[in-house]
Amino acid sequence: MIRRDIVLAGRAGGNATLALSFFAATVSLFPLGVGVNPSFLDRIAAGVIWVAAVLACLLSLDRLFQVDYEDGSLDLLALGPLSLEGVALSKILSHWLTTGLPLTAVSPLLALLYQLPASATVVLVASLALGTPAVSAIGAIGAGLTASVRRGGLILPLIVLPLLSPAVIFGAGAVLAALDHVSNGALPLLAAFSLAAMLLAPFAAAAALRLHLAA
Amino acid sequence: MPELGGLDCHNLALARGRHVVFRELNFEIAAGETLSVEGPNGAGKTSLLRLLAGFLEPLAGTVLVRLKAGPAVADAEERGRLVGWLGHQDGLKPQLTPAETLRFFASYHAKSCDVGAALGDVGLGRVQDLPVSFLSAGQKRRLALARLRLMQRPLWLLDEPLSALDAAGRKLAGELIGAHCAGGGMVIAATHEPLGLDCRRLALGA
Repeated sequence: MIRRDIVLAGRAGGNATLALSFFAATVSLFPLGVGVNPSFLDRIAAGVIWVAAVLACLLSLDRLFQVDYEDGSLDLLALGPLSLEGVALSKILSHWLTTGLPLTAVSPLLALLYQLPASATVVLVASLALGTPAVSAIGAIGAGLTASVRRGGLILPLIVLPLLSPAVIFGAGAVLAALDHVSNGALPLLAAFSLAAMLLAPFAAAAALRLHLAA
Repeated sequence: MPELGGLDCHNLALARGRHVVFRELNFEIAAGETLSVEGPNGAGKTSLLRLLAGFLEPLAGTVLVRLKAGPAVADAEERGRLVGWLGHQDGLKPQLTPAETLRFFASYHAKSCDVGAALGDVGLGRVQDLPVSFLSAGQKRRLALARLRLMQRPLWLLDEPLSALDAAGRKLAGELIGAHCAGGGMVIAATHEPLGLDCRRLALGA
């Protein structure tokens, strides 16, 4: 199941490379706009990278269940041996593997543009690795709710972004603390947030999908 | 594949919004039988199939699947695990090839499958490594039939199984249905066209 979705993301019309290029382009554009002032750039780096990462994930999230709903695959998956909760969880994992993980992997390169010190870059990578699963998980709830909505991609951010603000706050906060050489416990909180999202989101997304199957 | 005894629908009623699609619907079929559900557009054929698959909740009434061994199945989700589904949409991914499609569903359902032979049986042997987006509507329908067979579910629910199929394809679909029933399965098909085999009929929306 996960393997199929990864293959689909990589084939023509897949979203994996699209989200990654969007992320890299947005993050590279910022320094051009705000000017090259190293002491300023390193302080906005984490915030910009985190917001761009969340938006890049949203790009591919709106089609997470919609394609399967439209072509009838969702009916078949729902009748399969896996429960809808299991289907939702594997969709979340494959979305993270094709979006969150590559974003995390390229983030140290983009941090160079912001002259982020190595110690803070390590924290940035750790925060993305811990936090992007929450983006996929909470995004899946929104994707489940908007699976049958045309142009659902426009509504999805309205549902999902407020719920994702803790991830951005903890993620960027951890990097700022590292720049100031203090410890604020943001990373453990981010990990806890991610874990809770991964545990609860499959149930919420599956409940939303059942509504669409009954429509 | 669990062996079926039969399927009983008692006093079924279904509403969509405030509109009652059908009410007081009673029918029984036994293992090895095919039921052809007929009726004009909008009579509720697809809705009945979605109800039987467990997607829709009936307003009233019960659906009971009797098994040869073990207690009868009344729960909708459990009934769904017995269903082989062929919807009016094929549920195929345009980016995958027919061989990849069958391999995925075989592994999803934990069934072993000779993909080449399964595709050859439905006349798709020559296109098994082309993306599904290159196939015609009839070829996609044949692929959906091949997938239906390899899932090895005892209760087949088919929505317009003959749509887009040519004469040979219709004959093939009829043979697959016949073979499934001969093996003790059950088939309920919503259709406008004769399936070309002996079956019981249920008229909706008369």
